[in-house]
Amino acid sequence: MNILVCLSHVPDTTTKVKFVDGKELNKTGVQWIINPWDELALTRALELKEGSGRKIKKVTVVNVGPKTTEPTIRKALAIGADNAIRINKEPLDAFSVANEILEVINKGDYQLIFTGIESSDYNSNSVGGILADLVGINSVSAVSGVDFENDSFKIKREIDGGYELVNVVLPAVLTVQKGIAINPRIPAMRGIMMAKRKPLQVVEPCNVEPLLEYVGYEMPKAKAACKYVETANELIDLLHNEAKVI
Amino acid sequence: MILIYTENWDGKFKKLTYELVSYGSELAKQLNTNVVALSIGMVEDAELKTLGKYGASKVISINNDKLNTFDTQTYSTIISQIAERESANTIIIANNNIGKAISPRLSAKLKAGLVSGVENLPTSIAPFTVQKKVFTGKAYANIVIKSDIKILTLFQNSFGIIEADKDIEIENYNPADINLGTTVLETHKAGGKLLLGDAEIVVSGGRGMKTAENWKPIEELAELLGAGTACSRPVSDEGWRPHDEHVGQTGKIIAPNLYFAFGISGAIQHLGGVSSSKCIVAVNTDKDAPIFEAANYGLIGDARTILPEMIAAITKLKNS
Ligand SMILES: Cc1cc2nc3c(=O)[nH]c(=O)nc-3n(C[C@H](O)[C@H](O)[C@H](O)COP(=O)(O)OP(=O)(O)OC[C@H]3O[C@@H](n4cnc5c(N)ncnc54)[C@H](O)[C@@H]3O)c2cc1C
Ligand SMILES: Nc1ncnc2c1ncn2[C@@H]1O[C@H](COP(=O)(O)O)[C@@H](O)[C@H]1O
Repeated sequence: MNILVCLSHVPDTTTKVKFVDGKELNKTGVQWIINPWDELALTRALELKEGSGRKIKKVTVVNVGPKTTEPTIRKALAIGADNAIRINKEPLDAFSVANEILEVINKGDYQLIFTGIESSDYNSNSVGGILADLVGINSVSAVSGVDFENDSFKIKREIDGGYELVNVVLPAVLTVQKGIAINPRIPAMRGIMMAKRKPLQVVEPCNVEPLLEYVGYEMPKAKAACKYVETANELIDLLHNEAKVI
Repeated sequence: MILIYTENWDGKFKKLTYELVSYGSELAKQLNTNVVALSIGMVEDAELKTLGKYGASKVISINNDKLNTFDTQTYSTIISQIAERESANTIIIANNNIGKAISPRLSAKLKAGLVSGVENLPTSIAPFTVQKKVFTGKAYANIVIKSDIKILTLFQNSFGIIEADKDIEIENYNPADINLGTTVLETHKAGGKLLLGDAEIVVSGGRGMKTAENWKPIEELAELLGAGTACSRPVSDEGWRPHDEHVGQTGKIIAPNLYFAFGISGAIQHLGGVSSSKCIVAVNTDKDAPIFEAANYGLIGDARTILPEMIAAITKLKNS
């Protein structure tokens, strides 16, 4: 049994984003990271493997991206992934990215596929579900926990006002969010050394046409300066009479 | 035709449902078409008919016990069958847990471009262009959907409700062979609590509140205002508050009319979850806290002394 973790390569969450002519992200000075959800998914995948008594054999990571994403992929190997696949293509939209990953799944033998609920750059919330449908397998969304018990996965998913524990027919895609792991694993020195020797396979894309085109970017309108008040009474008065929100 | 998936909660619709239908009806005017709602689950006819008040001309109702289990594959298969049968060219779904689960699968089944979390009507119909927040709220992207069928998920509390009385027809539909891939083993649900996404006012606290015990006045203020309660990430990590209250990039993203931030510094990851609030009030001891850059109203001071004063002021207002 193997696990695949899909990695999106995104700007660090504290990046002050800027655009070139409002057309594309200005990459100057941007620090790149593994999308936070994917880092947690990888952490949990490794924990599951280690706790499975060798039943889970391999944790593979996959990224659709140009060569510049390789440091991010190497970090995942340093954290503990066994091998990596990079599909050599600039990601254009979720549909085309999912179609590229489909090829990897068709050629591999993965029981569980992890994706994040969203990537912190385009926030499209899409790749996991599209991928599951293209492969024709089940998917569980809003997954906040997963355990391996008696050769099957017990999945915790968030619902309005609570959570459910579910089983799903495998293979399946799990779209993960808060709770899947508490803190991401940090690569240790040994991991970093070993990562250099782990396989990072580069495959050529199948180039499915995207359904979306990102045509431009705008910054949010500057908001009015904060109005400072001295007392609680004054605040409540303004909220009632000026903002009319209470 | 515009198809709207209208989820129900114990047989009832919510404001968010009517917001979806309102959005669909306004879009239908631009596209010169009509709005059909799809409801799955046990919903009385009287409740289904309320969708007409916001402009739906038909509702297709599916009621089958097997569908009490939410199985992503099954739900999206049914919705795509209806979309094809009705020749839907646009599908609108809520940007909530269920909507986020279904919409990408529909996108794949119908080869329909999906834009999630829109807040406004398209800026152009040809080419079909919508705007959405990207980089966790730091910018907007203009996105052209190139496919024939378009799918949008609507960000809750962003569009509002518009009444448009329409005669509405109810059609019952029975899907063929339902094959569930998901088995629910246990359900844990805290009853009665106002869901954060539904709350029009949210009272939130950060690490500046110092201890779990200090949440009493936050809860009291929320109760007084009929508000939901929220917190920053370290607060839920510490276990001072339950995880479902955590807002921000890695927690819930909300857009209430009024958001109170008590003892919250306003880190960029926190703001990513609350910056769409229509009005933000910050109470913080540090005049340089970044939260004040995002706030509409600010009070520099100790939240623990200001909270009781606010409670007293609101009580007075309510009694006047
Ligand atoms: C990848 C990533 C994702 C993250 N996601 C989130 C997220 O989703 N949500 C989130 O909230 N954070 C998130 N964070 C953490 C975020 O960076 C901040 O650390 C966090 O928001 C700080 O929480 P805080 O404002 O409660 O605490 P602090 O930063 O410690 O701020 C406490 C504030 O309280 C004020 N204060 C102190 N005493 C008082 C008093 N008596 N009265 C009034 N004010 C007082 C202080 O001046 C200070 O401004 C994330 C971080 C990373 C790296
Ligand atoms: N370029 C990519 N390569 C591999 N996986 C991706 C890529 N983009 C997104 N994903 C996966 O899909 C999830 C959701 O991303 P998105 O649909 O883009 O918001 C991410 O958390 C990743 O797991």
